[in-house]
Amino acid sequence: MRLLKEKAGRTVMFILTVLPTLLLVLMFFGLFRKSRAILALKSFGGLLFSSGWHPLRGEFGLFPFLMGTLWVTAVALVIAVPISLLMAVYLSEYAPRGFREFAKPLIDLLSGIPSVIFGVWGVLVIVPLVGRIAPLFGRYSSGYSVLAGGIVLAVMIFPTIIHVALEVFSAIPFPLREASLSLGATRWETTRHVVLRKGSQGIIAACVLGLSRALGETMAVLMVVGNVPAAPKSVFDAGYPLPALIANNYGEIMSVPLYDSALMLAALVLFIVVLTFNILARWFLVRAERRAE
Amino acid sequence: MNKRRLVERFWKALMIASTAVVIGCLLFIVVTVIWKGLPALSLSMITRIPKGGYYLGKEGGILNAILGSLYLALGATALACVLSLPVVIFLNVYCRKRSRLAELTRFSFDVLWGIPSIVYGAFGFVLMVYFGMRTSLLAGIVTVALLEVPIMSRAIDEVIKLVPRELKEASYSLGATRLETSLKVIIRQCLPGILTGILIAFGRGIGDAASVLFTAGFTDRIPTSLGQPAATLPLAIFFQLGTPFPEVRQRAYASAAILTILILFISVLARVLSRRYTKHVIR
Amino acid sequence: MNDVRSHLSIRNLNVFYGDLQVLKNISLDIPDRKISVIIGPSGCGKTTLLKSMNRLLDHVDEVRVEGEVLVDGEDIYGPNVEVTRIRKKMGLLSQKPQVLPMSIYDNIAYGPRIHGHRDRKRLDFIVRNYLSAAGLWEEVKDRLHHPASRLSVGQQQRLCLARGLAVEPEIILGDEPTSALDPQSSQRIERRLVELKKDYTVVVVTHILRQARRIADYIVFLYLGELVEHGPAQDVFANPRDPRTRAYLTGEIS
Repeated sequence: MRLLKEKAGRTVMFILTVLPTLLLVLMFFGLFRKSRAILALKSFGGLLFSSGWHPLRGEFGLFPFLMGTLWVTAVALVIAVPISLLMAVYLSEYAPRGFREFAKPLIDLLSGIPSVIFGVWGVLVIVPLVGRIAPLFGRYSSGYSVLAGGIVLAVMIFPTIIHVALEVFSAIPFPLREASLSLGATRWETTRHVVLRKGSQGIIAACVLGLSRALGETMAVLMVVGNVPAAPKSVFDAGYPLPALIANNYGEIMSVPLYDSALMLAALVLFIVVLTFNILARWFLVRAERRAE
Repeated sequence: MNKRRLVERFWKALMIASTAVVIGCLLFIVVTVIWKGLPALSLSMITRIPKGGYYLGKEGGILNAILGSLYLALGATALACVLSLPVVIFLNVYCRKRSRLAELTRFSFDVLWGIPSIVYGAFGFVLMVYFGMRTSLLAGIVTVALLEVPIMSRAIDEVIKLVPRELKEASYSLGATRLETSLKVIIRQCLPGILTGILIAFGRGIGDAASVLFTAGFTDRIPTSLGQPAATLPLAIFFQLGTPFPEVRQRAYASAAILTILILFISVLARVLSRRYTKHVIR
Repeated sequence: MNDVRSHLSIRNLNVFYGDLQVLKNISLDIPDRKISVIIGPSGCGKTTLLKSMNRLLDHVDEVRVEGEVLVDGEDIYGPNVEVTRIRKKMGLLSQKPQVLPMSIYDNIAYGPRIHGHRDRKRLDFIVRNYLSAAGLWEEVKDRLHHPASRLSVGQQQRLCLARGLAVEPEIILGDEPTSALDPQSSQRIERRLVELKKDYTVVVVTHILRQARRIADYIVFLYLGELVEHGPAQDVFANPRDPRTRAYLTGEIS
């Protein structure tokens, strides 16, 4: 009887274990199948690089959205990478242990805050801020802009980059730092020439993971970025990243022909891009592990 | 040397500034949301559903969203639990160390973990259409469960991996089957860690908007069956933030405040649990 | 008592890790231009004592240091002391060779560059000179710009020695410098240290008694954080005064 339970349990567990891989495959094919309708009519390259987004006319150029994603993500990285790395270095190399233990839970907390809440903050605080500083740069902006999206996105990916960077730094054995310090180097010189160099692969991985998280973030960016389907020409312009496109237009999906197919294609593109970057990041992490020894 | 000391001080100052920015943002966000939301929170707000018009009713509260979110997240987390826990146990107890299946499954989990929730939402939508379902609580539960599975699995895997071989061997040598060992020994040993993983996944599930956008719909009512659409707190915020009616906006702020407080509570709980856990298991 | 003129003196040193007292009231003069070896059972503070000499202890969490460590008459734990200047006076060889993540050339040049030497010719000279002093020049002279991590463990340790010498210290500190090396490489390092004592004061920690017998001019015996006995090597080995020293030397306690 017990053996029967064992057998049954094992079979059930085995089936369930196969599911995740199956799910991954299903996701890809599900989205692909739905995209086929539009891919049958227009070439993939054509869709990616044409700029006209007029669904009612049957034009589904994805280019403005790719540009929107690029701009917002670039702004987010430019802001987030230096700040995150500096904080990670501080926590790892300079901060007293008490502060480190205090800060780490706070970082986790930041990473747990839902996207919409960031959106609320963005709308209440960042959008007016951008609107006010735009004239200083000679431009007019309502505040709903690539810059606002980038800032909010940057704050969202701080924890991602910091967390990975901290892991990378802590994998570097302490005696290596001691070797540098005992030559009379300052802590910054040690950090710069030894820690950052030894951890360089891992730092790249951290940034790539941050990038990948930024690419997929939907709600917060959606709420502050303006959602105008044209490629932005400055950070003060509105943008329309790919995830926002998908999220905003689900209501129209059923009414306009090919709309749902186009959106599923966008989701598929997002899926593949994020997947690629994630795998890239893991490759770098493996290299970092090897280097740290 | 002065130059070197200056350089050291310069970078250290930058580092401290960066740290202040990050922690400051966290505080800023929490304070802003609670500041805006707290005044809107009243007993009537959280015990009544909106009345009078499609999302735009000026009266009533956010009970629809609160209950909708709870039903959805609890259902999704339960489903995710059923899908994750057995798999993690299988990987750790039944699979050999370097088994291909284990590596493949863990790889799949890692990949799934990184997929944005909007893609889950889109996939959920594809499933819905395929099965001929309409936007409903069930569709939302399934989609969010799929979203939660990689998160929960990763957290639980970390914990179960740590169970020392000797403990398992002690159970086997008493004649227990692997299933019995898993249920009676391993899960009991790892219970706090498992609960932490469940909590973290729950927190993620209840706060996510993109996955329920297409699948759970939105409504002013409280769902009474799985087939009905359900309002959720994140969508309540999203839909109601941008309206010109201040009463409706108030509901958005109140939802935001409740959601934030809920998430903070879950995070603290998870941390307390995991600390109690590591106190026990120091080998 | 042989010549007491010493660069390095320790007065009433007490070191605490949190509430645990690791070193108890150590007072010691390290003799100049000799090899002093710190011996004792593991865990009794040898490495802590060594690291207190170049203030590497500063980087341990929750450490408290009381007392004085005098280098050239100056207390390195004094209020306005610049740590990096003090550390330049000493070179450290760790147990496991710590090769910096750069080329062989850059490893050696790292110290001098940090302290301001930019002139290429001077750096070339320094690299060659100290690689020779460490006995590594012949083996690496045509691959100076290769990554240092590609060297064998024994070569790496000699590299670390050269690197430490390149900042022109007065004192060389070694924390069990041969315990990660094969016998041949260990021998080479020992021979180098013996040659170097002509120009440098050497302080080495070891748990290998035979190594101490081979190279020590002066012995410092630590037991459970206390300075039990110290003196010229022949005296301590032949006639240990303290029963604990005798017990350790005969292998009763280890």
